[in-house]
Amino acid sequence: MPSRILKKRSLIPGQTSELVLDAPHIAAKAKPGNFVILRVCENGERIPLTIADTDKKAGTITIVYLVLGKTTAHLETLKEGEEILDLCGPLGKDTDIHKLSGPVICVGGGTGIAAMHHIAKGHHMVGNHVVAIIGARNKDLLLFENELKRFCPEVLVSTDDGSYGHKGLVTELLEQRLKADPTVGEVVAVGPVPMMAAVARTTKPFGVKTTVSLNSIMVDGIGMCGACRVSVGGKTQFACVDGPEFDGQLVDFKELSSRLSAFKVMEQISYEEFKKSHVCKCSS
Amino acid sequence: MSANAPADKKKGKTPRTPMPEQPAKVRVTNFSEVALGYTPELALKEAHRCIQCKKPLCVKGCPVEINIPGFIKKIVEGDLDASYKVLRDTNSLPAVCGRVCPQETQCEGNCILGKKGEPVAIGRLERFVADTFMAKDSCEQLTGAQACVMEREDLKVACIGAGPASLTVAGYLSALGIKVHVYEALHELGGVLVYGIPEFRLPKAIVRKEIDAMRAQGVEFHTNWVGGKTITVQDLLDQGFNAVFIGVGAGLPKFLRVPGENLIGVFSANEYLTRVNLGRAFNFPKTDTPAYTGKNVAVFGAGNVAMDAARTAKRLGADRVMIVYRRTEKEMPARLEELHHAKEEGIELMCLNAPVELVGDEKGWLKSLTVQKMMLGEPDESGRCSPIACDGQFCDIPCDMAVIAVGTGSNPLIGQTTPGLELNKWGYIVVNEETGETSIPGVFAGGDIVTGAATVISAMGAGRRAAKEIARKLLS
Repeated sequence: MPSRILKKRSLIPGQTSELVLDAPHIAAKAKPGNFVILRVCENGERIPLTIADTDKKAGTITIVYLVLGKTTAHLETLKEGEEILDLCGPLGKDTDIHKLSGPVICVGGGTGIAAMHHIAKGHHMVGNHVVAIIGARNKDLLLFENELKRFCPEVLVSTDDGSYGHKGLVTELLEQRLKADPTVGEVVAVGPVPMMAAVARTTKPFGVKTTVSLNSIMVDGIGMCGACRVSVGGKTQFACVDGPEFDGQLVDFKELSSRLSAFKVMEQISYEEFKKSHVCKCSS
Repeated sequence: MSANAPADKKKGKTPRTPMPEQPAKVRVTNFSEVALGYTPELALKEAHRCIQCKKPLCVKGCPVEINIPGFIKKIVEGDLDASYKVLRDTNSLPAVCGRVCPQETQCEGNCILGKKGEPVAIGRLERFVADTFMAKDSCEQLTGAQACVMEREDLKVACIGAGPASLTVAGYLSALGIKVHVYEALHELGGVLVYGIPEFRLPKAIVRKEIDAMRAQGVEFHTNWVGGKTITVQDLLDQGFNAVFIGVGAGLPKFLRVPGENLIGVFSANEYLTRVNLGRAFNFPKTDTPAYTGKNVAVFGAGNVAMDAARTAKRLGADRVMIVYRRTEKEMPARLEELHHAKEEGIELMCLNAPVELVGDEKGWLKSLTVQKMMLGEPDESGRCSPIACDGQFCDIPCDMAVIAVGTGSNPLIGQTTPGLELNKWGYIVVNEETGETSIPGVFAGGDIVTGAATVISAMGAGRRAAKEIARKLLS
């Protein structure tokens, strides 16, 4: 069924936006860790996007996307009041959230911070002490800092260029935090594949449970096509129905990153065609 | 009777009327339907071959018990509307069945004329009647179906999944005036009929028309509702549905468990076909979903799905497409017509070969395939000879795309979210075979989620059995 865009907020102009969608039947069921599959228009592609927040009372879900290709570029042209043709969810297993004796560290990078936000909020709701570590290339590209501050007692920030917070990588902050506190109960990481792989490497010597949320290519999102398969502990798993969250120490990140490049050339073709046919109205 | 005998004998010897089709050279360049269907003259000619058996064996071979002599007789009499009515009495999707049923093992396989000559082309006649009728608008289709049924707004049934099993339930129950709501996870209705079976074998417009006829009959369809996620069986019971039918198919693709199958360029048949059929990737970049175009393509498996994938790859521009199969052509499970069409289109059959490894380049892209020679041993429980590996006989084949079409397993979503639903060790739903009822009273299931991957018509047969039982319970 189509879903109306109730609110649109540009987080990074022209690059990343947040949409609040009217989807009561999805909001009623959505839990942290879940994602939706959407299709913008009749000839559109089905793409998965993690749910960044839900409001069960209002019957809405929030998604955040980075303009990366044709579908997200098309999404970016839609305005409040307009509809997305198909919205399907909630999909994927819920995050395993329970009361931990020590703090949980939620690490987010880039657009992944939005997805991490929902998980962090879930941990907060069951009474866990949530440490958020977020990173971006520079200050302007940082998402959801204020949203996280609402319930995270600690929000640590890093930027590649040092324009805000710690200059360097999120994993450096993570390592410091883990060294300072042996009681950390779990680390959750959502972001680009190299970041999640680095987080898993960082936590390994500490022996802390490390959960990563994978962003593999999907078609149906309901366990039918196997496009999203990942090797976890030597076994083939489907990110859509067995995940998207897995034990970071067991994921074959090299394979995941290779599989993510399968359609790069075609995605580029599609995006270029779109840019040619679509006159940008962003500046008007 | 004796007066008819000489004529009947003659009928048995008349050759089957061929169906016009696109020439192989032309059709490999397009996705239009291969078989073009009978003209009225051809249909009449073929219908005349039926000897109208008193005890028709063909009907016994049909999972949905179509009155086959009955509908053929009406063709001979020139009353196609009446013929369609006979079809629709037991079959909610005749235009689909006429195209995709394995007739050679069902109705036509039992036809008495087939004992000495060629069986009546029942499937082609079914297709002809359904297509002729569907050319009319859906209003006429509706009035031509079950006339003036009193609607029973007090009774409502939910179907999860919109594939052949659920559509059969919806068609059957709505014809009795029961309100049916169908919940489908994907954005299009039809299940495997739209994501799995290619356009050149079953045009989507045909499926849409059959579904439109059901909509006109009062069935309500809800797309993008995932059974077990957006809505659970318990939710539906809580909402007051009198019965729930689970027809979610067996989606989860199986893999070969050989090294290299996660390389780029290796697809499950479901992914490949879903991209092309549902995502309409054959129109890329006009449509957004991309599909891979391999030059040397290997397809593992030899059922209808494997044939569909192979023929699709050919149409998308592959130079060489190989069906790699561990047994011989004789054991291939595909419909004869599909195998025949595939061979005509230049698909190579590499029989008695088993894949042992998929080899990639340093960037993770598939570049070749290692197969091992096989020979046939003794028949196994399934009656087919089991393949045995020939020691040391390996062969490397250049290959940049592979499609794995060796079957599917049960999808876990419904099982995970329906406490009390009995599943077998493979995750399929356990039902009473006669009624389709599951371990939860009022909850029924049928199709691939009960039997594992099977045919469209067997799923419809299961849907029909469950629908009969639901109707009996609700209306008695």
